[in-house]
Amino acid sequence: MDGQDTISNEIAQIHGTARGETQPRLDFPPYRSSLLRHPTKALHLAAPEECELMAPVFGYSDVNPVEADLTIQNGGDPIGERITVRGRLLDGDGHPVRHQLVEIWQANAAGRYIHKRDQHPAPVDPHFTGAGRCLTGEDGSYAFTTIRPGPYPWRNHRNAWRPAHIHFSLFGTDFTQRMITQMYFPADPLFGLDPIYQAITDHEARDRLVAAYDHDLSSPEWSLGYRWDIVLTGSHATPVEPGAS
Amino acid sequence: MNENLTATPGQTIGPFYGYALPYERDHELVPPTHPQAVRLHGTVYDGPGTPVPDALLEIRQADRSGVVPVIEGSLRRDGTVFTGWGRCATDPGGRYSFTTVEPGPAREGAAAFFAVTIFARGLLNRLFTRAYVPGDTEGLAADALLSGLDDERRRSLLAVREADGSLRFDIRFQGDRETVFLTFPRHEE
Repeated sequence: MDGQDTISNEIAQIHGTARGETQPRLDFPPYRSSLLRHPTKALHLAAPEECELMAPVFGYSDVNPVEADLTIQNGGDPIGERITVRGRLLDGDGHPVRHQLVEIWQANAAGRYIHKRDQHPAPVDPHFTGAGRCLTGEDGSYAFTTIRPGPYPWRNHRNAWRPAHIHFSLFGTDFTQRMITQMYFPADPLFGLDPIYQAITDHEARDRLVAAYDHDLSSPEWSLGYRWDIVLTGSHATPVEPGAS
Repeated sequence: MNENLTATPGQTIGPFYGYALPYERDHELVPPTHPQAVRLHGTVYDGPGTPVPDALLEIRQADRSGVVPVIEGSLRRDGTVFTGWGRCATDPGGRYSFTTVEPGPAREGAAAFFAVTIFARGLLNRLFTRAYVPGDTEGLAADALLSGLDDERRRSLLAVREADGSLRFDIRFQGDRETVFLTFPRHEE
């Protein structure tokens, strides 16, 4: 198995020639699992049609508001640093995406997922599942209460560790805006070593995945607050002109 | 008031979504007992042709009359509402299966298709494609996307009618029969 130096050198070489790419490369060899799973042909540009122009819609028949609090799901307080994560979901034109589904999942404070494929020797927390949902508000805002996830080891290379992150699954108003991503925490020392995060070759673009600590979102004697806004690609809907009937 | 914002980057779904994203009847857009129920199913393959056991697919589609439903209820299906959206994780053999109805053409003369999104461990961003319903020779011949592809590439987007009436749509990330994956005009801003 390769060591970190090999992976870091490969990352540096790719970054040395990359310019201005705001999305991750699909073909990013330092992330070994991408080798056999990336398309080798260019993506084909298509004009979106009806079913691609309408995202599915969700409502309170789908999502119970208590699903946004990951600390109350299992009959006791989970171990860890209680946090709130809050932000807005916007489309590429800066418009709020209203009443849309946001799903998250994450490891517990020790860096262990409840998933049966995660077998690393860190404790499972009987009071923490690590999955939540909410609907965005009128201004595109979302909010979750959870605990800060721990970093965890994986087998991409020897001594590989993922920076702490929360997975986010997002819908827009068009189906073409569908995306899944990961939110990270500020100043994580593992950022430079992680081939998944570094698959986004542009520094400014990578920074868009990092939440900001926001003291105004912290609650006295209760939780620490992080703010993270999410921007989807642009919608294809015809803009409504102001004053049009 | 349009301010052009750069989109947040995507990241891989990773290996551990299985306890979070799948839910009861996620892949049943209609109940299996529905009189017009049809299966849309297939296998997801990697480069050497090994099935991918940790992919997640979503479909978005019109109903039989060509109308795309805009109605809630996908996460708690009561069996009476067709929402036109579904989700299915692949099994250990890389297989997925939706129970749904065949979409009708959205417009007179248009070819009917399912819009498909694919996520997987090892896939750093989502992929989009289309699974076209076979049989409508004229509609398929007139389709703008299919017309721009050579025969072999075009074939990767056509679902195959199986002997039992179901539709099979395999997805290949790489190789001779690599699936045509799509990008849309506002993805590159």
